[in-house]
Amino acid sequence: MSLDYVKFANGFEKFMPKEYRDMVEHGPFGKKVSVSQMGSFKEILEEHPMCAGCAMTLFIRLAMIAVPNPEDTIMVGTAGCGRLAISQAAIPFVYGNYGDQNGVASGLSRGLRLRFGDKPKDVVVMAGDGGTADIGFQQVLHSWFRKERFTTIMLDNEVYGNTGGQESGMTTRGAVLKMAPLGKKFEKMDMLQMAKVAGCAYVATVVPNNPRRVESVIKKAVLIAREVGSTYIQAYTSCNIEYAIPTDKVMEDAKTVENDRYQFSEYVSDEAKQYLAERYGYKEFLPKPAAPAGAIPNKA
Amino acid sequence: MSETEVKANPQSEPSTSVAAPKVESRRDPHADAKKQRIVTPEYMFQEAPRTKEFITGSEAAKEAIRRSNVDLAIAYPITPQSETMQLVGVLYGEGYVKEYYRGEEEVGVMAAIAGGSRAGVRCFTATAGPGTLRGLEGIASWPGHRLPAVAMFTCRVVNAPLAIQPDNIEVAYLLNCGMIVFHAENQQDMFDFLMAGFIISEKNDVTLPVGVCCDGFFVTHARGYVRMQDRAIKLPPRDAWRGAVPVLDAENPPARLSRDAPVQKSNFMAYNIHAVWQQEVWAAVERSRKYINQYMGGMLTAENVDDAEAVIIASGSAAAQSREAVRICKEKGIKIGLIKIRSLRPFPTEELRKLCGKAKLIVVPEFNYVGWLAKEVATAIYGYSHAKIIGGPRVYGGQSMPVELIVDEVESGLTGKKSTNVPMSSILGGAVNQDDVAHFMRSI
Repeated sequence: MSLDYVKFANGFEKFMPKEYRDMVEHGPFGKKVSVSQMGSFKEILEEHPMCAGCAMTLFIRLAMIAVPNPEDTIMVGTAGCGRLAISQAAIPFVYGNYGDQNGVASGLSRGLRLRFGDKPKDVVVMAGDGGTADIGFQQVLHSWFRKERFTTIMLDNEVYGNTGGQESGMTTRGAVLKMAPLGKKFEKMDMLQMAKVAGCAYVATVVPNNPRRVESVIKKAVLIAREVGSTYIQAYTSCNIEYAIPTDKVMEDAKTVENDRYQFSEYVSDEAKQYLAERYGYKEFLPKPAAPAGAIPNKA
Repeated sequence: MSETEVKANPQSEPSTSVAAPKVESRRDPHADAKKQRIVTPEYMFQEAPRTKEFITGSEAAKEAIRRSNVDLAIAYPITPQSETMQLVGVLYGEGYVKEYYRGEEEVGVMAAIAGGSRAGVRCFTATAGPGTLRGLEGIASWPGHRLPAVAMFTCRVVNAPLAIQPDNIEVAYLLNCGMIVFHAENQQDMFDFLMAGFIISEKNDVTLPVGVCCDGFFVTHARGYVRMQDRAIKLPPRDAWRGAVPVLDAENPPARLSRDAPVQKSNFMAYNIHAVWQQEVWAAVERSRKYINQYMGGMLTAENVDDAEAVIIASGSAAAQSREAVRICKEKGIKIGLIKIRSLRPFPTEELRKLCGKAKLIVVPEFNYVGWLAKEVATAIYGYSHAKIIGGPRVYGGQSMPVELIVDEVESGLTGKKSTNVPMSSILGGAVNQDDVAHFMRSI
């Protein structure tokens, strides 16, 4: 049913802009696409007003490809750089108030379940580190404790980029930024640990220089959130402007940060493992001895 | 458990304790809710037979929600509202409300109401005083996002020092949000306004949230007679498919409020887009008038106003106190009428202009310090009435309003005697000769 809204009404096709026709004819709606096919299909996010060299944009672009049912996905965000790109995508986006994304997503996902029952309507929150760990912190944690069934993705550039480079809770200790003139005085918040304590069924860290891994974690997170509970992905998406990273060094920086404080980690609850194995055929989560923890599935 | 053990437990002895309720384990707790029949709003509000019960305002709210086909209710405790939302929780247990949870606090609750309304379901919450102000960022964004929902405000003190007492100053903040705002005088109003609120809120040419205010404790915790329709009938559900603003269910093309980036820029187009958006929100407030008249029987009620030399204009609990003041004034031979304002947004400007044309004196008693209603009244009737307007008496911080205070203002206002309770600065037109003003205006 929902696929109908991305199609043309009879007779209107020739009057529609080429961008729109491309999206209907070559877009990912109703098909299985993968990051390895990038360039061969029309992406949900192409044009955007983000800065040159922005790693966050690459991550969002990959995330849009990774969501398992783009035609039945609704994104929720808040103020920050990310929403400038997310709002340009060809899937619905809720841009509410400051830091309210996990509250909005709670009401939205519950409401959609009332109306559509078991039919998947995936709610995905994508917000920055300030929106998630600072102003939205209370609603984020409570949505996890309540086991709200949607995915939360933090776009962590370790700074308030959109307002011009202020310290956030996710900034590393000692970093000199606006509002931290003497350097940040406390540690980067450990949101991963908090996600586990709060009962998230799936928690993963990721950097954008490994597209297949980005795709893999987002797919799993969205699928688990359909039935098992809250899922959380924390992505390092550097701000090359505020941290003065030359545009050609952005991926290099991502690699450095990955080795320093963003090593890939993945926590999957037992219930989520069973669910992925039984419902979606994830073989690595089938009960068998000596399955390596944190294994990356070979399939996308 | 053996029979001897049962007898040893005094709680199980019929002679020493209240008989345990019969456990009907096989009975579906949702059985009654499932049997509810949908009726049209017109039948519900105008034709359905009603029976009278003596209940509190919180219970009246519960009974309104029972008949309103609510999908999602989100609760958070704050005095004097807590009982309302916990009673709605009982309705959830009984299946009258489909989804319900206790939120983290009001910012989160108002956000989740926005999410639920965007999903296309009928949403309800209630809060009070500091909770209203805590949630106000979210509440004030609902009209701009064109989100139908009903919120109930059981008004209480918001100022420091912290107190839980009745005081309706929070209404002053709600009036400028772009939402529809009703003020309930009593338990009956609370029942009627909440139910009508859902229907008005979801009308396609309105599509706005409705706030139903009452004065905390006076209405929520006190009992009054409420005439209610049978609990076996309920309003039609929210029909999100037919909404004027597409809901975010990935079944319809999405509304692109944020997609259109110019709104966020600093240029003429951006200003223009936002300006037009605000105009449209307030135009929708205007369009709700016909539905308020249709489903609530008018924006105000007027009693004995036609030949009155003095008119009391009040809303909420002040209207109840004013009604008693009117009775006392009549005993003293004063020609006096009462206008009770039900809808504050939209405000009954035209109605007041017609009703106040002949009055010599208007008294506006209020349960707050700032006198938001007196300002509304004075602005509405300026140029249409020669009446002296007394912006008071006012009580606040939990004080009750003795009817004598109102009677004193009526008497002193008519005789020209100096008021002992209302400062000169709150009396409009008292020392002004209207003929002099008119002459001055003609001469310049």
